[in-house]
Amino acid sequence: MSSVADWEAASNPVKENRAGNIGKAVDRYEGPLKVTGTAPYAFEVELPPSASGPPLYGVMVSAAIASGRIAAIETAQAEASPGVRLVWTHLNVPEQGPRPERYDFFTPSPRPALQSDRVYFFGQQVAVVVADTFENANAAAAMVKVTYEADAPMADFHAVRDQGVQPPGEQDTEIGDFAAAFAAAPVTIDDVWRTPLQNHCQMEPCATTAWWDGDKLTVNTSVQMVRFAQNSLAETLMIPSKSVRLLTRYIGGGFGGKGSFYEDLVLASLAARELGQPVKVAFSRQQMMHGTVHRPATEQRVRLGATPDGKLTAMSIMTVTHCDSRGNFTEHASNFARSLYAAPNRLTGHRLVRMDLPVASAMRAPGEASGTLSLEVAMDELAEKLGIDPMELRILNEPETDPETGKPFSIRQLVRCMREGAQIFGWDRRTPKIGAVKNGRWTIGLGMAAAIRGNMLLPAKCSFTVDAEGVITVKQGMTDIGTGTYTVLAQIAAETLGVPLGDVRVEIGDSELPPAPGSGGQFGAATAGSAALDAGMNLRKAIAEIAVADPASPLYGGPSQDITFQDGVIAIANRSERLADLIRRNRPEGLVAEGEIRPAADARNWSQHTYGAHFVEVAVDTVTGEVRTRRMLGVFAAGRILNWKTARSQLTGGMIWGVGSALTEGNAVDPRHGSLINQDLAGYLVPVQADIGELDAIMLDEVDDKANPMGIKGVGELGISGAGAAVANAIYNACGVRVRDYPITPDKLLAALEAKGL
Amino acid sequence: MRPFTYERATSAEAAVKAAAETPNAKFIAGGTNLLDLMKLEIEHPAHLIDVGRLPLAGIEDTPDGGLRIGSMATNSHVAADARVRARYPVLTHAIVAGGSGQLRNKATTGGNLLQRTRCAYFYDTTKPCNKRAPGSGCGALEGLNRNSAIFGASHACIATHPSDMAVALAVLDATVETLSPSGQARSFAVTDLHRLPGETPDVETHLIPGELITAIVLPPAPAPSEEGGGQVYRKVRDRASYAAGLVSVAVVGGKVAFGAVAHKPWRAAQAEAALASGASPAEAIAAELAQASNNGRNGFKISLISRLAPVVIKEARKAGRSA
Repeated sequence: MSSVADWEAASNPVKENRAGNIGKAVDRYEGPLKVTGTAPYAFEVELPPSASGPPLYGVMVSAAIASGRIAAIETAQAEASPGVRLVWTHLNVPEQGPRPERYDFFTPSPRPALQSDRVYFFGQQVAVVVADTFENANAAAAMVKVTYEADAPMADFHAVRDQGVQPPGEQDTEIGDFAAAFAAAPVTIDDVWRTPLQNHCQMEPCATTAWWDGDKLTVNTSVQMVRFAQNSLAETLMIPSKSVRLLTRYIGGGFGGKGSFYEDLVLASLAARELGQPVKVAFSRQQMMHGTVHRPATEQRVRLGATPDGKLTAMSIMTVTHCDSRGNFTEHASNFARSLYAAPNRLTGHRLVRMDLPVASAMRAPGEASGTLSLEVAMDELAEKLGIDPMELRILNEPETDPETGKPFSIRQLVRCMREGAQIFGWDRRTPKIGAVKNGRWTIGLGMAAAIRGNMLLPAKCSFTVDAEGVITVKQGMTDIGTGTYTVLAQIAAETLGVPLGDVRVEIGDSELPPAPGSGGQFGAATAGSAALDAGMNLRKAIAEIAVADPASPLYGGPSQDITFQDGVIAIANRSERLADLIRRNRPEGLVAEGEIRPAADARNWSQHTYGAHFVEVAVDTVTGEVRTRRMLGVFAAGRILNWKTARSQLTGGMIWGVGSALTEGNAVDPRHGSLINQDLAGYLVPVQADIGELDAIMLDEVDDKANPMGIKGVGELGISGAGAAVANAIYNACGVRVRDYPITPDKLLAALEAKGL
Repeated sequence: MRPFTYERATSAEAAVKAAAETPNAKFIAGGTNLLDLMKLEIEHPAHLIDVGRLPLAGIEDTPDGGLRIGSMATNSHVAADARVRARYPVLTHAIVAGGSGQLRNKATTGGNLLQRTRCAYFYDTTKPCNKRAPGSGCGALEGLNRNSAIFGASHACIATHPSDMAVALAVLDATVETLSPSGQARSFAVTDLHRLPGETPDVETHLIPGELITAIVLPPAPAPSEEGGGQVYRKVRDRASYAAGLVSVAVVGGKVAFGAVAHKPWRAAQAEAALASGASPAEAIAAELAQASNNGRNGFKISLISRLAPVVIKEARKAGRSA
């Protein structure tokens, strides 16, 4: 197993970046396909001639209660409806692998559909209708009559939050004596923040097209993790993994919600087998809201104790959150605080309540996105109490080593992010005086917050092929959920093999390609990219060996370690030839090399994170409580950046989600029904273009040699972390009220203003 | 969505005749609301009569200096019309505050008036809703009623009418022209088009079954003056675009209407009477709000109107002065 020291010591083409492909603002590899509508998403893929017959369409029926059982389910009318080929319920669905006691993110296990008469949450799928057309399936699905014996759901989080228990296998972490230090602190903050259920709202709802060729199943679906889904589907269908080919080439957004998969994949596969014809099943937007996963609500109590000169002496964030009645997912809103600020006495932890609500899972920076909405506002409150600039307060409490573990930081440039951001944004123009700046009906306020998000590396493999044209093909069972995976893999390949970017092809999203864990937890680029780099290095070696052994090559007999790769030409000193020529002579069928990455054995000896600082200018209409963001700047330190454009796009996208979490996003639960009342994109409000004014993200020059061989880190979840808190702090600076119950909608802001007589 | 039959009407007369003769028929024009409702199993027409291509899309001057807007004129077309922008800016502002560009390009004037509530319980077929399923109860009454009505609601229904355009038409004293299934043309004030929910919230307008809206007639615009002419439309919403209103306020001189607060565009008669007798804007709005009620979460709308409407009245006066 490699060690961090190996990564630090070794040079490689990505670090050297001789052709300058790394870091460049390269356009998306698949961009033209997407903007011309020719990138086939899972529901739209063209069927191969081997697929027997035209596709059939499945429409699912969802439970109308949150807890209870199906007393009766009548399908006769649906079965007799025009074009209907089958109707399945728990009474007649084919046998599937059993649901495990617990799910986890990385262990494949069966995800059986329509398993029993029990209803565990509103919107659980209870039947599927497959017909010759989507319209016929849809019409027949409405004819399935389900009678329920409903139990009163336990669905009011704030009524049951006191029943929260320690999540399985977890403990609170306490350093020093928090209670004593907090009690003794001369200046304190003790407040509670609430965040609501949130939904991923991917543009592309979950969908699958499935067909069988004998015993071999091919599915086109929309998931973040290829192998996980392939293996879990195989276990569900009780067939060998190698009998399943899972394709997910283009994905219209994941945000954590496609980390697992849902009944579309299982039921399309089963129905295609049963009917001997391809089957397509898609979730409706309404079904996405309940039937997939969401971010659970939290209630977070933050306590800070400080000296009058602004040194934190005590810090605590305790989170209560919820998951579904059979789940164990915890929104770890407190965890990020363990590495953010120095404070000798600290207490962090979580409590979890199981409820009759849809399934909770990972969404857009799980933990950080929720937790920064409390702590980073509490710091603003503390700064005001102390009469210290909020940014300076953070800098005063900058730790030298990880404040909880004492481990050294791999690299930490949070202060630089803040300082540079402050300068570019014009933070010095902020006055702590509330409402000092007016513009028509708007009162202007400025706010800032810190961002932190962990970094990970997982095992992955990759293969590179060079063909007789000198074209490099990257092959990896990786996904691109809109993040830029295709593009950064092409950049790594071009830089490693010294070929023009146009001579690189990228094939991903296929379970028959070398496995990579996929996209999630902002580990994608580092994990997939490091395996790609290794494959590229191995291909260089293979090419070099062939060149020096080929009497027809000008490089014959030369020292293979001296070969350079540039502009499609391989050379030793002044002897050179085109890579394509060498391959054409020696390997006309192409030359393949494999590579892989494994986490370093000692990687955990460092506290490793990505960092950032958000600066926001908002306008508040103090008559109506409306808030609009006018300017946002994020400055981030996230290791070497592979692609300025796609990284910036991920970061600004995250910042926009931060605006959503602060101002508009939230699923309202009707506790009487255990259901979410806003079920579509007209009711669940994500920010639109008009909500976002000027927006920019800047990335500091940074290399984190302890992260992986390329010194890169992830940016996918960093942008949202802290962004919403900066918005909330700017609102306070504008109008002098704090709403600690997100999102900060006009009704809540108005109530807070009126409570203060404003 | 359930199967349905479809025909394209060749004339307004043929359309109303078909509507009278075909059971469970509905007119469709832009379809921006009806198609959603059909997909969600909220509306189940057996037959659609497409009136979208009838020659009712024109906007023409009336002899008295007003404007007749054909019921098939799209929202975008009306909002962009130079005469509307010059003489009835409140209408342009209201229209562009609603929906999205794509929706306004498809949505028609008649369809906009007849769009149905955005109440979440109406949209969720697993929940009680007297408007969708008469007699099933009102899910919003004790539910998440943040966006429910504060004027004219009943125990059967607290839904609001979502149109922005209709609020401007109400404050402009617009008239609706219709053609009934018997071929009779009639006209009445736009404020008489919609009903309050009462015991039958499923019956939303005073149109008789099969009656087709053919035009909206705007009276001559009041001359700009402090008392008469300033026109302002303000909509408060959770995000800057493509969001239903929390409340909206339309003012034309001394006339005031509210949106998103009732089962119909709410003409603030009490406020207008108070203004006419010399009350201050704040006093006038307070007089109107004296009859407001709330169900818990929608109570903020009362505060919101009491804060916003006087400001809008003053803005309209200022606009009248500077015009």
